[in-house]
Amino acid sequence: MHSILPWAVLLAPLVSATVITLFTLRWKTLSSFISVAAVLVSFICGCLIFARPDIAARRFIWIDVAGALTVPLGLTLDQLSRMMLVLVSGIGAVIHIYSLGYMRDDEGKSRYFAALSLFMFAMLGIVLANNFVMLFIFWELVGFTSYVLIGHWFYRDAAAAAAKKAFITTRIGDFGFMIGILMLWMATGSVVFAEIAPRMSMLTTHPVFLTTTAVLIFCGAVGKSAQFPLHVWLPDAMEGPTPISALIHAATMVAAGVYMLVRVFFIIQASQIALLVIAWIGAITAVMAALIATQQNDIKRILAYSTLSQLGYMVMAVGLASNDAAMFHLFTHAFFKALLFLSAGSVIVMLHHEQDIWKMGGLSRKLPITFVTFGVGALALIGCPPFSGFFSKDAILALAYEHNTPIFAVGLFTAFLTAFYVIRLLVIVFFGKPRSESARESGESPPVMTGPLIVLAILATLGGFGFFARNFLMLPIEKEVATFVPALAIVALILGSGLAIALYSSRASEPLDIELLRHKFYFDEFYAWLIDWTQELLARISAFVDRWIIDAGVVGGSSRGTWGIGALLRLIQVGNLQAYVFLFGLGIVALIYFAVLR
Amino acid sequence: MITLGDYLIVSGILFAIGFAGVMLRRNLIIILMSLELMLNAANLSLIAFSRFRLQSGGLPDYNAQVFVFFIITVAAAEVAVGLAILVALFRARQTTDVKDISQLRF
Repeated sequence: MHSILPWAVLLAPLVSATVITLFTLRWKTLSSFISVAAVLVSFICGCLIFARPDIAARRFIWIDVAGALTVPLGLTLDQLSRMMLVLVSGIGAVIHIYSLGYMRDDEGKSRYFAALSLFMFAMLGIVLANNFVMLFIFWELVGFTSYVLIGHWFYRDAAAAAAKKAFITTRIGDFGFMIGILMLWMATGSVVFAEIAPRMSMLTTHPVFLTTTAVLIFCGAVGKSAQFPLHVWLPDAMEGPTPISALIHAATMVAAGVYMLVRVFFIIQASQIALLVIAWIGAITAVMAALIATQQNDIKRILAYSTLSQLGYMVMAVGLASNDAAMFHLFTHAFFKALLFLSAGSVIVMLHHEQDIWKMGGLSRKLPITFVTFGVGALALIGCPPFSGFFSKDAILALAYEHNTPIFAVGLFTAFLTAFYVIRLLVIVFFGKPRSESARESGESPPVMTGPLIVLAILATLGGFGFFARNFLMLPIEKEVATFVPALAIVALILGSGLAIALYSSRASEPLDIELLRHKFYFDEFYAWLIDWTQELLARISAFVDRWIIDAGVVGGSSRGTWGIGALLRLIQVGNLQAYVFLFGLGIVALIYFAVLR
Repeated sequence: MITLGDYLIVSGILFAIGFAGVMLRRNLIIILMSLELMLNAANLSLIAFSRFRLQSGGLPDYNAQVFVFFIITVAAAEVAVGLAILVALFRARQTTDVKDISQLRF
């Protein structure tokens, strides 16, 4: 049944972004309410679509080059995208409402909400796109809005630099993604998911081509989902406002990479090598980010590294050929990570934008609601049994145990590290004595901020249970090993949290000091060095060519040549009439000599 | 018998005198007069050409003579303008010596 609902979901935020940018930039409160209304429209329409599986969207032809390329504007509405629709618009709605409180006194509130609406449009576009061209366009749009929102406080150098870093780093991945799409189009002659699927045989007969294509498409996810080695932008993206960190850099945009992988899984699964590459990239990201997180001191950065680590788990699950496990973890992670970020945001605002955990402490009494919600998020993140993270992480670990023992070991070690750094964070921030003036004087956040926290806390608790999650997505099938693996996971969890409590309870400063981890494995330094030796060198050579050959040689040369000849000719311009007559006569004689006598 | 060559030699001598005058004399009035001399040298050669280039009916080629009338007219106008400039210059500078008027240069 055709309905306008799917298009309404997609276009409501776009309308809001347009209206705010064009008309209501001056009325900040009005702008914020337009944006919230738009996301609520999206959410309600999303729920209606979710409840009515027979709804389909009208399809338009956008580009039609006969025989070569047809790009329709169509929306996919299968179980996967309907789940993501509710998830993205739901979390988006919660975060819009939270932003009303968080950004209340911000100068650029209208700009913020316009960009937020534009982001919702782009993200819903990724979820609903039914072909690679649309997907890629929304993919870039998401990257752009992420850039705008990270750089919201652009007058801070760190924020401006982080925005640039995020944009450029993800662009590197997107370049691979684009080549992958072009290769796929070259091989199958179509960019529509549903049309490529039956033509896969054209690809499977060329294993090298197929693997290259799959890995290149994965590059897009590496950039957007911040996987090793392009993970460096995500922690820096925490320079943006905290609701942005929660929405874009934890719950939705970074998960877009995983969603895309699941969406094109039918291509990737045909290549065992590509799957292996994906699984290992995921595993490396998971353990590396967890290791780095143990030595960070900024509350949002720790959460950012935990996001990296959890995204690593999801990518790992895709690499182990289980979409269901990946989407399950994406689903639960979206709730508890948004919850963690928003709780952290509540702490940060109440402490007057203090983000150093060593300046917090003892906040469990000052911010009781935030403490409880943060605790729920933390327990879900480390995979403590009744909370949602336990079920989804367990599904991935069981899967790894079944398919690939080394990856399972890495996953288990990551689970141990996760428990360690999350409990470390919890202990330092919420227990012990307050370690700064602002921590001693803080109070609880307003209801507009705690309300979304409570909603998300409930979802983070329920999200993993079969009776709740089954309504939204296919749950991975339970296997016999399912008793052995959770036991190991719980042992890792207890070890990790026990170690963290033993090390960090009632400490006033960091007892461990591991240089390598504190410097994030020197990735930034390495990239700086690499850029210095490649791009910077190239830039210097081009600058030399431009400055000395083009500017000084061609442009300056012709100017100086003209000047020089002018200076020479000036010598014969003496102002004496008779000298001119003499030269004139000489000229005539020369002319006659050359024209007549020769 | 006076040939075309004789006329042209006279015309050339006149032109050379005129040119030498323009080149060597300092007084602007003399220079102007020398210019007229050069013009008339040209006129003389034109008339000679006209006279010695007979058409089919034994008539001379009048084109050159018409040309000479034009030159005489233009020369008259030129003298009028030239003398006017000379008077204006003399009023401004109290001199007609070309050595004293060499400011117009870079």
